[in-house]
This record gives sequence, C-alpha cells and structure tokens, in this order.
Amino acid sequence: MALLEVKNLCVDYATIDGGFVRAVDNVSFSIKSGESLGLAGESGCGKSTIAYSLLKLHRPPAIISSGSILIQGKNILELSARELEKLRWEEVGIVFQSAMNCLNPVVKIEKQFYEIFKYHNVTTNKKKAKTLSEELLRMVGIPADRLIDYPHQLSGGMRQRVVIAMALALKPKLLILDEPTTALDTVVQREILEKIFELKEKLGFAILFITHDISLMMEVCDNIAIMYAGKLVEKNTAKNILYEPMHPYSDGLKKSFPSLTGEIKKMVGIPGNPLDLRNIPKGCRFQERCFNAIKGKCDEEPVISSVDDGFFYCHNPLKYNKRGVNSE
Amino acid sequence: MNKKIIFSAKNVVMDFAIGTGNPLRKGKTLRALNDISFDLYEGESLAVVGESGCGKSTICKLAMRFYKPTSGKMTFAGEDIHKLRGKNLKNYRLKSQMVFQDPFSSLNPIKNIYYHLKRPLALYHDIPRSKLRQTMNDYLEMVGLTPPEEVGNKFPHELSGGQKQRAYLARILAVGADVIFADEPTSMLDVSVRIGVLNLMTQMKEDMNKSFLYITHDIATARYFSDRIIVLYAGHMVEWGDVHEVILHPKHPYTKLLIAAAPDPERKEKVELPVVKDVDSEVTAWSPDKKGCPFRNRCPVAKPECAEAFPEAKKISDKQFVRCIHY
Amino acid sequence: MNKESFLFQAIRFLKNSPRTTFGIILILIILSMTLGANFFTVHDPLTRYDGEWHSPPSTEHILGTTRLGRDVFAQTLYGGRVSLMVGVLAGCISVGISLIIGITAGYFGGVIDGVINTVINIMLVIPSIVLLLVIASMLGGISPPTIGLIIGLTSWPGSARVLRSQAMSIRNREFVLSAEILGEKKLRIILVEILPNMLSLITSGFVGTVIHAILAMTFLEFIGFGDSLSVTWGMMLSNAQKTGALNSGIWWELLGPSLAIILFGAGMTLINFSIDEISNPKLKAQRIMSTYNKMMKKKEKQRLMESGK
Repeated sequence: MALLEVKNLCVDYATIDGGFVRAVDNVSFSIKSGESLGLAGESGCGKSTIAYSLLKLHRPPAIISSGSILIQGKNILELSARELEKLRWEEVGIVFQSAMNCLNPVVKIEKQFYEIFKYHNVTTNKKKAKTLSEELLRMVGIPADRLIDYPHQLSGGMRQRVVIAMALALKPKLLILDEPTTALDTVVQREILEKIFELKEKLGFAILFITHDISLMMEVCDNIAIMYAGKLVEKNTAKNILYEPMHPYSDGLKKSFPSLTGEIKKMVGIPGNPLDLRNIPKGCRFQERCFNAIKGKCDEEPVISSVDDGFFYCHNPLKYNKRGVNSE
Repeated sequence: MNKKIIFSAKNVVMDFAIGTGNPLRKGKTLRALNDISFDLYEGESLAVVGESGCGKSTICKLAMRFYKPTSGKMTFAGEDIHKLRGKNLKNYRLKSQMVFQDPFSSLNPIKNIYYHLKRPLALYHDIPRSKLRQTMNDYLEMVGLTPPEEVGNKFPHELSGGQKQRAYLARILAVGADVIFADEPTSMLDVSVRIGVLNLMTQMKEDMNKSFLYITHDIATARYFSDRIIVLYAGHMVEWGDVHEVILHPKHPYTKLLIAAAPDPERKEKVELPVVKDVDSEVTAWSPDKKGCPFRNRCPVAKPECAEAFPEAKKISDKQFVRCIHY
Repeated sequence: MNKESFLFQAIRFLKNSPRTTFGIILILIILSMTLGANFFTVHDPLTRYDGEWHSPPSTEHILGTTRLGRDVFAQTLYGGRVSLMVGVLAGCISVGISLIIGITAGYFGGVIDGVINTVINIMLVIPSIVLLLVIASMLGGISPPTIGLIIGLTSWPGSARVLRSQAMSIRNREFVLSAEILGEKKLRIILVEILPNMLSLITSGFVGTVIHAILAMTFLEFIGFGDSLSVTWGMMLSNAQKTGALNSGIWWELLGPSLAIILFGAGMTLINFSIDEISNPKLKAQRIMSTYNKMMKKKEKQRLMESGK
C-alpha cells in the first residue's frame, strides 16, 4: 500500500465575479514509503495548492471539489478534526516556504518545541522535552545551546533548520516541503537539502518536495511529477525526465536551464506565456505553446499512457529509440 | 581584436552608516564594497556573482549614481561619472541604463506601455509626431512583443512577468543605452521564460553591440550569457576572468564552494561542500576596521596569515585572476 | 476604447457593491436637494411666517417651523448649501496642504523629512478642537468661509502623516527609480509618477476631512462661535437650543439638520469604504467569500442527501 495516494483531486478557487477557477484538475499520483517525489511546475500550476490540500490546510476561497487523498489508506477528506490533528505532525510533517517566518517571534525555541510535545501527548516533562529538543537540533546541525534563543537571533538558514527539526519531531512517515529553500542562498540551500536527505536515509521517511527550481529537483529527487496549469502532465524517474522526457512541456523545461559545466549551446525555452486559468482551451492545456501539437487531435482531453517507471498525458509524445509506449 | 573599454571601476570602496536612531550614539559602518576594480568592454557581458549581502546590487546603484563611492571612482568613456554635470550628465544617462529584478514594480501601474516608451523618446530623441507611433512599434517588435499595437496599449498588470521584462528592455532600447546594468533581471521570472529574456539580451549584445553588467546568483546563466565573470564575497572580488576558465577551473575556495552548491542535474558524484562545517553560512558583513580575507572563517584551507591582510591580485593566466594566499 | 471599458467597469462595480451604490445615491440626493433647493420647497429660509411659531410638521411646512416661524425644511435645504460648501472648502485646503507636505517629506527624505515629521508630530499633539476654539475666539464670531479656512488649516497633520508613508513606499519602487535614472525632473516625477498612484488615499482623505469639517463646524456653531446671521445646519441646532426647542419637545426643529448631517456622513463613509476596497484587494474578499459560502452550503446539502439515502 502506498504511503500517500492522491486520486483525481480537483481544487477550485472562488473568484470575484461569482464563478470558480479550477486550480488543480484531476491530479493523481502516489508516494511509496521512503521514496522522494519532486512536484515541479511554474507559477500558477497548482503545486502549492496541492501541498496545502494534502493536509486539508487549504483556506477559503479554495475548495476541494472532488477526489480523494489517502494517507496510509485513510481518506483525509473524511477524517474528523481530531483525527486530522493527530495525522498532522505525527504522520505527516510539512515545511513551508517562508517557514522561518512562521516561528513565533516572542517565544523561545525551547518553548516552541515543548509545545509540540505537550500538544501531541509525547511528554509534559520539561527536562525530557529539552533532551528531545536538543537531539533534534543536533540532528539538523544546530548547536544545542541555541535552544534558549529567540527566532530573530538565528540566521534565516538556521531558522529554516529549526522548522525542519520541528516537522520531524514526532518522526512522521512523510515530509512535505513546499519551496523550503527558495528564500535562501545557494550554499545554505545546498547544506539544508543535504541534511534533509541525510535524515531521510537515517529515519526512512518519504519526501514530497515542491519547488519551481527544476534543476535542483532533478539532482536530488528519485522521481519527478511535472505540472502545468493545474494538470499533472508527466511523472517518471528523475533520470528519465532529464534524458528522455515524453511530454513536450517536460522537454521544454529541460531546455530552459543552461548547463553548469557541460557544453554551452543556444537554448530555446518554451515560447508563449503561462496559461490564464480563466481561459482554459478545450482539451490539452499546453497545446498553444507545444511544438508537437496536432491540430484537431489536441482538442480532446489527453488520456493517461503508462510507461516503465511512470506515466504521462499527451496525444503526441516525444519518441526515442529504445522505449515502447503502452497506452491504456 | 582590441575592443574599447566603455565603463570602468577603479578601487571603489562603498561604506554605509548604519543609523541607530539615536543622534547621540554613533552607529556602525557597513562596508558594502571593498576595492572593486573592473573594465567593461564594448559588446561584452560581464557577470557579477555572489550570494546575498555580497554587494553586487550596490555596484549597479553606484553606477546609476544613487550613491557616491566612499573612495575610488567609476568612469564612463574616461570621465568620472560622479562628477558629471549638465550636458555630459545627460549624455551619460542616455548611454547607460539599469534593469531591475522585480518586473512587477519596474513599470508604472497606471500608465500603458506606450507611455513607458514615449518618455525616453521625448527626453532624448527628437522624433516627429508622425513617426512616433511607428518608432515605438519598432522597438516593441525588436523585443518580441507582437502585435505591437495590442501590447503598446496594455497596462502592466495585463502582461505576464516575461512580457513586462521585455517591455522594460524595449524602453532601454528606446533610450539608446549602450551600457546596461542588469540586476538579477530573470530571477523573478518563471523558468521557461528566463531563457527567452536572456536570449533577447544576447541578441542586444551581439547585434547591437550593447554591453551588460549582469548581476546574478545563478552561475549557470552567468555562463550562458556572459563572457567574463567576477566572483564577489562580502564586497571583495575574490576571483575574476573568462567565464569558462573560472567556472570550469575555479581557483578560489569560495568559487569552488559556489560551484559545488549550484544545482547541476548532470552531476554524477554526490556533492561534498568544500566548506568548514558548523560555521554560520551567512555572508559576513564587513566594516572598515576589519582586515584580512573575509572568507577565512568558512574556508577549508585557511591559514593563520589569512587574517593579516586581503591578498593582492595574482594572475593565473591572461584570462584568470585570483586573490588568495595559496597562489 | 479605454473610456468604454472604464464605464462598463464602473457599472459592474456598482452592481456588485450595493453599499457603494447606496452611498452614492444618498449623496446625490442630498446634493440635489440642497443645490436645487428652490425645486424642493417654495418657502424661503429667512421668511417668518406670522402665527406659525413652533408649529409641528404639516402639509404646508413639511418639517414644521422654528420659534420665529421660519420653515425648517427650507432652512435645512438652503443651509445645507453653506454647510456643504464649508466642508468642501476645508477638505480642499486640508488635502492640499497635507499633500504638499506629505509628498515632500516622503520623496526627499533625509533632513527635510526629519523636520517635517517633527512639525507634524507637534501639531498632532495639540488637540485640534482646542486650536479651533482659540483661533475662533481670537477672531470673535466668524463667517462660514473663515470657519472652513480654520478647519482646513488645523486638520491636515493626520492626513499628512498617512500620505507621507505612502509617498515614501511608492518612492522606493522601481518605476520611480527608473524615472530618476531616465533623468526626469523631480517635479514631474512627483506629479506624474507618484501622485496618481496615491489617488485612492487622497480621495479617502478628502472624504474623511469633509465629514470632519462639517462636524467641527457644527460643533463650533453650536457652542456659539458661528455667524448668527447665516443659516447653516450648525446654526439651526444652535438656534434650536437657544430658543428652548430641546426643553419644549420641539423635535422637528432638530430633525432637519441632524438627519441631514447623519445622512451626509453615512453616504460619504459608504463611499469611503468602496474606495478602500478598490485600493486594498483583500477587502474584495468579501464578495469572493459569498461565492465560496454558497458553494460550501451546496456541498453540505449534497453530502447530507447522500448520507440520508
């Protein structure tokens, strides 16, 4: 049984003129225990909406209209508030983009850890909580004596590590990271990611890593799912998406970041502009910008096609020499 | 081929007073730039890379005369830009412009795109009324904003991030600038759009002989777009030279660190960051009373002598220079 | 093409916001009734109708008469002209001063800002009503336009501070820096780049000041600093009090001016809310939320129906 299974998730946002905009349209994917999945896409693709919806943290005007989200077999959309609270922190931890700004500025770090332990009935003994907290800080590479500091006394990178330590405090099975390092410098970003994946090997949790920095994601994640304008267009291993992407958008993305050490050649990127979700075309959402679009055919909704390590939705995928494509 | 030097910085030092709000207590001084010297040639792109707090944006602000350097000078066509007056100043403004990082606030939200092109034309070029619309349309087409009539009448909020940045580049073309200071022009754009804007800038460089000072934290794009590169740490130039030499064969420990930290999907081995562990990773703030190499606390090969003085520039080759005690 | 879409946008905005429409209608009614007073009443505010002293509302006199036999309704309408004029005058003076001072401080910063800020803070500490009374008593009983001038001169600091912060934040945005790099003249930058982006704050400042001015004027006149020869809402209340209307249960004499002030204030405030909404998109959330709530109710019903089966 997969750790996380999302089936046909649809999330809508109420708009000012009385209608709705579908930000996430029929998205399905799963994560196995210990796996790391990167959810990639550009602004407006819906990835952050998914991140929030996974723990029912989405706020009005977002509505989960249909679909199911199963965490260890339980559909979180049907859980009671109490059960949901238990799920959060204990089974699934989440780290947000500006998480470092989510620390309570007037409460010492020590107390913030203590509150987690107290609220989730781990311990109310202050000494025991302190020991546990020190261990957690050491785990993310922060000296234990920083426990008595206020958040503003720590640098941005350190605060982010504290938040990660908090998310891992109750040893969750799944860690969701929504743009965890976007606001940080490259070196700090690299250190924090290394630490997270090191802990992943040690503690065995799965990771859902959401970011727009696709080159980074390709380097660190096992699998990658690519989203465009609310739809999941391709999911496969990072290697396959890097070297043999099936969907023209994945291919376009690949052609959008220049090589660091390899050959420098002129890149094309993807022509056109991101889709305005209020004007969704019939059928495939990517057709206007697609170099492989077939007039007429792409007006139909693309269906899922499975390949060895993943799947994609495309009428006219890219072809390579070795691989065969099975359509359902 | 001998290219002309169009812009220079010589031993520029920039200090900022950090106010304490209390007129009776003296504040601290932040040294944002320490001994910056470079030459920008015609038709070339010079990248300046470093992390936040390294002073790269300050270079642009100085070049645009928002501040005066504490010491040292910046020259354009041989003239000190901070001493320009009158006609010479107007000429400098005509020839040099800046691109900002945030496309969402670079354009006045209540004016349409045509307005943004009309102003530079009105200020610097005498275009007869009958030709004005056509000239503006030409510029819009040059940057790939078609159909120009449609885009020209739009307001900034009706354009996407990439389109806004292109519109801003059209404005710079309308001014007629030869030197363009680009402060992270693509960091706030979507990945698929960045390359388009960088390609446009490359076209401006190659076809129109414009020069760029390209500030970025993304080394891969620095290599894509620029010819030479400067690596800054805490306001100090630690390594500079031809972009391929520096990135493929880095000499300074900080450059090696930056390259190791940069995302590279094609990388085969796992990354081992060459840095001293457990030291705070934020870039140090420098002040006039400090001396020595600013990177020594994090440097894995630091020596005691590194605290004495910041080493002089050493020439590794015609195309590469470094300031490190190991060379 | 722009003008047409602006009209459509305006109409759609009004349709979606009954609050604003109501406010605008109120103000339009009051304006038309006061400015076109001669169409709404045949009576004259100063004519004394012998024998009809303190007479209650009737078909002849809609709001009854005062002790001297003057028609209250006519007084309310004609007096409204003066009160509104004073309010607008004070509003203009106050906005004008606060604009110049606020933008100068915000744009130039540094020492200029320091000095202006100190002046603003000093003036804010002094209670404006006290200042009003002091100046008014120095000049003796004063005419409405003078009152307008004094109120304008004493109520600008609050707006100035708000405008200063907004000017400061706009001034540091890249499009202003871009204009400076282009070599645009400072005055042009202030008038063409910065000022138009502050319109909503300026307008709401104006609206607020007008309400404040009318109330301040009413207050001054009520306590006796008005011009006894003029007919304004404040003088009506003052005369009513002097002639014992409060004690004798002559409620209609108070109704006219009070109702006028209340309705005018309400209308202006409603308009102010919508100006806020235009500039602060978070407030638009109200309307988005109603769509959201409707959908949630629908889903609830669906769920109950399905579980009921």
